[in-house]
Amino acid sequence: MITDVNSNKNFTPLLSLHQKEGGKLIPFAGWQMPVEYSGIIQEHRQVRKDAGLFDLSHMGEIQVSGKDALELLQKLATNDLSLLQEGQACYTVMCHEKGGILDDLIVYRLQGKLSNLDEYLLVVNASNTNKILRWIKDHISADKEVHIQDLTHETALLAVQGPNSQKFLQEFCPLDLNSIRYYYGTQTEVAKISCFLSRTGYTGEDGFELYFNPKFAEQLWTTLRKKGVPPIGLGARDTLRLEAGYLLYGNDISEEISPLTAGLSWVVKFGKGDFIGKQSLLKQKEEGISQKLIAFTMENRSIPRKGYRLFLNSEKIGITTSGTFSPTLEKGIGLGIVEFSQMKEDPFKTGMKIEVEIRGEKHPALICKKPFIKGSVKYGS
Amino acid sequence: MVPENLYYTKEHEWVLLQNGKAKIGITDHAQKQLGDVVYVELPAVGAQLKQMSSCGIIESVKAVSEIYSPLSGKVKTSNIALSDHPEKVNHSPFGEGWMFELEEIQESELKNLLSAQSYRELIGNES
Repeated sequence: MITDVNSNKNFTPLLSLHQKEGGKLIPFAGWQMPVEYSGIIQEHRQVRKDAGLFDLSHMGEIQVSGKDALELLQKLATNDLSLLQEGQACYTVMCHEKGGILDDLIVYRLQGKLSNLDEYLLVVNASNTNKILRWIKDHISADKEVHIQDLTHETALLAVQGPNSQKFLQEFCPLDLNSIRYYYGTQTEVAKISCFLSRTGYTGEDGFELYFNPKFAEQLWTTLRKKGVPPIGLGARDTLRLEAGYLLYGNDISEEISPLTAGLSWVVKFGKGDFIGKQSLLKQKEEGISQKLIAFTMENRSIPRKGYRLFLNSEKIGITTSGTFSPTLEKGIGLGIVEFSQMKEDPFKTGMKIEVEIRGEKHPALICKKPFIKGSVKYGS
Repeated sequence: MVPENLYYTKEHEWVLLQNGKAKIGITDHAQKQLGDVVYVELPAVGAQLKQMSSCGIIESVKAVSEIYSPLSGKVKTSNIALSDHPEKVNHSPFGEGWMFELEEIQESELKNLLSAQSYRELIGNES
């Protein structure tokens, strides 16, 4: 990927192809990325019912290797990475000392201890790539053997997502894709181009992500497009992830929000040894949290957006962190952070009626469970 | 698409003058910029609007935008079909996707609006 020094803008290797395809480009975390092609709703439905192709080359890729790599990552991440097998992936967060989230990320174990070259790949949010690089480097002791490499600009990332994505990709791949389980990956070839291929995604559908050399990006994109899989922009990526109940950094989680508040206690492994933020998170766990993330659907046609105030019986209880029109449910859906007294029992239950203030008027909504819809993804398969 | 027989605003509304009344909507260029329209809030019938005052809301999947009244006047009717079918704004911005109609307008205010030619220049000569 090319970095334009003058404007500090990063460009995906597929920029000119996106323009040719009629993609509407927007600035996103320092990158020019396609937000939509044929329209967000149509693209969204395409992924839910069939399959779609995403360019995610803006995501940050950081390689951490060396004999002390695991020890370092265990100190930085809240999840237990020591359990990872070669090729296995893990969703985790990194926290600061007070327990706020620095980023949410996927960690792949590329090579195991046996090869004597312990190697991990971290896939981080584009908006946080530089912050996390700095954070990792700042926590390496001089006596440790760890190598950090920012591979963001040497990595193109495509995703094929949707219930038919395996059927679609299998035609291009010598490997039996049934052998790749959810949250595992392997080095293989797709359309004769060497890729690291994993069964991961951010849509709630079954699907794959392909990491490879950007000099082949146009070739691979064009090959896959010719077989009829339509391009999907970041607009539909957002509506898909929200329907699936996935969090977005900068919206639902941030340095002010702890993983326990955000409903991510399943990625915090207190038993694994010490990690940054552990003491603060333990304290939160023992004393009880006083805010939490809820999901809600609108009871009328209005659409919640980030930053709208939430009410219960005319008392302000919190704020919307994400909101959109759900193309599947055809109504407004949202996530929000609500506050309550930590002395009392959490009062916010599924099915409870709350209100969202939109342009000065209160609109009825119902607290619901995540995900809003169940897609074809088979967790833990 | 910028029809010759309409007046336009810099905020991308169009005006059709008909028997002393003004029918109003948003342009094809505007609907393309917005993307899929999923919610429309129109001014109440009988409301008195001032020229270029914010009088409604249009929401696409991604964003919220305001609708401005191109002229002063009293709202005679609004297109209630849009509340159940906001996508009409995308499919037919100059037809079934119209938004509201004003009466008691002042024709002297038309001088503040753009001709089709000027509007075309504003949006960069998009055909």
